[in-house]
Amino acid sequence: MKAFTYERAHDPVAAARAVAARPGARFIAGGTNLLDLMKIEVETPVHLVDVQDLKLDRIEPTDAGGLRIGALVTNTDLATDSRVRRDYGVLSRAIVAGASGQLRNKATTAGNLLQRTRCAYFYDTNMPCNKRKPGSGCAAIGGISRQLAVIGSSDKCIATHPSDMAVAMRVLDATVETVNAIGETRAIPIADFHRLPGDTPHIETALAPGELITAVTLPKPIGGKHVYEKVRDRASYAFALISVAAVIQPDGTGRVALGGVAHKPWRDEAAEAELPRGAKAVTAKLLAGAKPTHDNAFKLPLAERTLAAAMAEARTTA
Amino acid sequence: MLAGGAATAVVATSHASARTGDRPAADPAPVKVSFKVNGERHDLTLDTRTTLLDALREHLHLTGTKKGCDHGQCGACTVLVDGVRINSCLSLAVMHEGDDVTTIEGLGTPEKLHPLQAAFVKHDGYQCGYCTPGQICSAVGVLDEIKRGVPSHVQADIAVSPAFSNLELRERMSGNICRCGAYSNIAEAIAEVAGEKA
Ligand SMILES: Cc1cc2nc3c(=O)[nH]c(=O)nc-3n(C[C@H](O)[C@H](O)[C@H](O)COP(=O)(O)OP(=O)(O)OC[C@H]3O[C@@H](n4cnc5c(N)ncnc54)[C@H](O)[C@@H]3O)c2cc1C
Ligand code: SF4
Repeated sequence: MKAFTYERAHDPVAAARAVAARPGARFIAGGTNLLDLMKIEVETPVHLVDVQDLKLDRIEPTDAGGLRIGALVTNTDLATDSRVRRDYGVLSRAIVAGASGQLRNKATTAGNLLQRTRCAYFYDTNMPCNKRKPGSGCAAIGGISRQLAVIGSSDKCIATHPSDMAVAMRVLDATVETVNAIGETRAIPIADFHRLPGDTPHIETALAPGELITAVTLPKPIGGKHVYEKVRDRASYAFALISVAAVIQPDGTGRVALGGVAHKPWRDEAAEAELPRGAKAVTAKLLAGAKPTHDNAFKLPLAERTLAAAMAEARTTA
Repeated sequence: MLAGGAATAVVATSHASARTGDRPAADPAPVKVSFKVNGERHDLTLDTRTTLLDALREHLHLTGTKKGCDHGQCGACTVLVDGVRINSCLSLAVMHEGDDVTTIEGLGTPEKLHPLQAAFVKHDGYQCGYCTPGQICSAVGVLDEIKRGVPSHVQADIAVSPAFSNLELRERMSGNICRCGAYSNIAEAIAEVAGEKA
């Protein structure tokens, strides 16, 4: 691990200022992704600004009838909250489908959204990777790509975003609230928060350097059956090959987002209009233009079947 | 030789700083941190890079907590911080100012075992024993999480309070890998303490 200096910030703007002031400075929340990557020197911050004292660890109702989730709320606390379990079940389900109990106790709402890809070449500093080292090439293209993207990728990067929670946030139309070093605030729709790789796979989100996430807000509850279906190589404690977050209404209409297929949670409101016609119709639209690799072409039929399973579950669960 | 080495190091540092910001040529000064471990307060002065796991093992010589993968994938380093189980390998010691850490050494003693320690012995919940401290600390956390109503992936209805079952136990303990495969005995030991059948 590279050496770094450390400070604990006490208010959000001061934290943003501390990171903005120093190139190579980073926020650290739960540390479960950043520290993991620092150990292998994929991440090499010169200065860490610890955000645990910012009092952003509360879940509060909003005036619009939704919930404001502080950036520092742990994944465990968010999944356990009775309002989330009752009104946004897909979010609780997605969170508990990810990582382990120990990790969820530390992982935070903001850190989870900002976790980096699990592409094996991103982790291997001996290999070319445009995301880790811009311009070095992409070892995954033509390499081992079973876990990687089937849609929205570029000739520079075919990584996926690994978060389960983010897929549920997308289906719920969450908004990411931020503050910067001079106290300006922004509200970024989750649809615009994560970027596609394009020519700059190292730029992953809409955040500016030093911009701090303060909260993620959920609009008022939309009812319906909430399902999160995750397919992985073992029954627990593994990243998704395919995941489906779905909210299905009694009349068969609803919302669907996919995980494990792209550089961001994958949702297309036009494809959702096909829900009453079944999973095949939805995925045909949602994954139109997919460019799978030899290794991961299985994800296309798997996505359809996983959606079919999610829809069947929505019909049967009470 | 030495002078040349130092000059090379300086050049290397300035190259790196163009990409990732200014990294001081010398390592930053160690940082002071105080936290309680098993009820006893410790004041440490540590390199910022020290993980909680290394602080426990290398600085406080509490070697019960084990280093397996050092990447949060195996659970051997599991300890309780303010009563909550975490992977001590993925946490910096300096982030634990004022915290209350419990390791396997703080759960029980050879003369007076914690009920889970006794149950692991009784049910032979290990072979080599390397993962055992992490398994036991994790199990303490799991039983408390079920009591507090923390939901899990295997619950049919996410809205209701969870109840102990073999399925729940296996899902909740999935962050602790046992390379010897002593899982069924581990499950029986934990179930006995939970007052259930595995
Ligand atoms: C073995 C293992 C298995 C896992 N399995 C899964 C899985 O199946 N599914 C899944 O979804 N996840 C999984 N994870 C990932 C886990 O969910 C993430 O590590 C965690 O959510 C990151 O949160 P954190 O608070 O620890 O982030 P940190 O590591 O503290 O930070 C991550 C990033 O976010 C930035 N950041 C943190 N807070 C803020 C803020 N407020 N504003 C701006 N930037 C901020 C940091 O600078 C850093 O770049 C797994 C992790 C491990 C180690
Ligand atoms: S897919 Fe992206 S993250 Fe993986 S090697 Fe290529 S550029 Fe790097």
